[in-house]
Amino acid sequence: MTETGQSPQKQSVAPQKQPVAPQKQPVEFRGGGFAPTAKRGVGALVFVLIIAVMEWGTRAGWISNLTLPLPSDVLATFGELYRTGRLWEHLVPSVTRLAVGAMFGVSAGIAVGISIGLFSYVRAGLVPLVAAIFPIPKIALLPLFVIWFGIDEASKYALIAFGTFTPTVVATYGAVDNVDRTLIRMAQSFGVPWWSIVRKIVIPGAMPGILSGLRISLAIAIILLVAAEMLGAERGIGAYILEAGSLYDLERLFAGVTLLSLIGVIVSFVIGRLEKALLGWRS
Amino acid sequence: MDLSLSGICHSYGEVEVLRDVSLHIPSGQIVCVVGPSGCGKSTLLRLVGGLERPDAGDILQLGAPPEGCLNPLTYVFQDFALLPWRSVEGNVRLVLEDRDLTRARTEEIITDVLARTRLSGFRKALPRQLSGGMKQRVAIARALAVNPAVMLMDEPLSALDSQTRELMMDDLVNLWLRQPFTAIYVTHNLAEAVRLGHQIVVLSRRPGRIRQIVAIDKPLAERGLADPDLEAHQKELWHLMREEARAADEELLND
Repeated sequence: MTETGQSPQKQSVAPQKQPVAPQKQPVEFRGGGFAPTAKRGVGALVFVLIIAVMEWGTRAGWISNLTLPLPSDVLATFGELYRTGRLWEHLVPSVTRLAVGAMFGVSAGIAVGISIGLFSYVRAGLVPLVAAIFPIPKIALLPLFVIWFGIDEASKYALIAFGTFTPTVVATYGAVDNVDRTLIRMAQSFGVPWWSIVRKIVIPGAMPGILSGLRISLAIAIILLVAAEMLGAERGIGAYILEAGSLYDLERLFAGVTLLSLIGVIVSFVIGRLEKALLGWRS
Repeated sequence: MDLSLSGICHSYGEVEVLRDVSLHIPSGQIVCVVGPSGCGKSTLLRLVGGLERPDAGDILQLGAPPEGCLNPLTYVFQDFALLPWRSVEGNVRLVLEDRDLTRARTEEIITDVLARTRLSGFRKALPRQLSGGMKQRVAIARALAVNPAVMLMDEPLSALDSQTRELMMDDLVNLWLRQPFTAIYVTHNLAEAVRLGHQIVVLSRRPGRIRQIVAIDKPLAERGLADPDLEAHQKELWHLMREEARAADEELLND
């Protein structure tokens, strides 16, 4: 405070008011947080910790072996499944159903979603229909699909396709609606043809929304897969779990459930890779 | 190619935005359009470029566009409108892809326009890596790539900070000096208008009508920052617009 151009009155007052040096205090830090960062290995650590507690509890006896199986026994069951080749016997049909069903459902869903986003008549006609179909628990339709498509694989494909179709449609047309209109006006002003605008602007612009919709659709596909296999299949992870459950074979039941969550993790990893490859332009 | 507007009227529903606007844009000149906010400057530009249809009046192209012109009326937007998933050269290539051009010719055009906008070193950069001024230079390069007869510039420097704007004005002047282009340049910034415009069209507040057309005869090359002649013009323009701008401002608050 070295104010030289002050009035005489103020100068005479100032020395009286500030006899001691002003108090020094660091400014308190109030920022930070709300910005998630990648922490490597923490996820794996949580898994390991939970499994270790389960193992310890069941061995020590404070978790009854009627509630949880020994994780090491589950692992042993896995090993046996693998050695006897029964793993593939169940895994291959399940993965095939998932892949075929989800492929049909997702590709139809993206196509319909984009048409809803682009054409007013399609939107007016199909949005109410999709809203009507969306909340139906698709598993309730399995008997119907069995009548339409037979007891074989086709009805399971149809169920999974139908289940992934609606969430994909909703995510896709929402994503198309969110594409920046100024980019489309720009392309029109340069005389870029309609089909090129769709291919080069609408679809890439909608891709982030489509991919996050895909995560939900594929999780639903796994749920439906198991449900369908529990209701009518000799092979497949769902059938395997159902059989183990009815025999009260907890080790096999847990082995089956673990297999499912592994599929889930792999699917999510693949989508993550896809996002990295297709959406590298973001952030 | 000249451009001629006669008796343009346009309304959005109840709101009349333009009334009886007639204007001639001679080839090789930059015509700046200034006016208070909401006076229909941007609407006028959208009408000229064919993005909207006027309610009444004619917009005519006089004469043929120059040889090798791919898109006679070409916009430069305020918010750049670059595709974030395409690199600098990809963004320029977008407007050349659906034309009947050989690959070699396309590459030649891209190299040429990037050199003219001093972007040759940034061909592979993505828009998110670029500053605002560079993004707008990419947008200008993209506009130059189609060799337009008339450039329609909608507040091209308004999203930039004032230093960048100063640099970009120099860039635009240099581009024009090297190869004169025709442009309608909409802005609310009078300094830009007197610096770049051969003619300055002052619009009244809504409904927009032409209040006055001010011609500035001083060659672009001789105009600079804090030029007394330009300051005089700027003062004159501000005098014309001041009351209107105040009225327009209050009108917006009353809405």
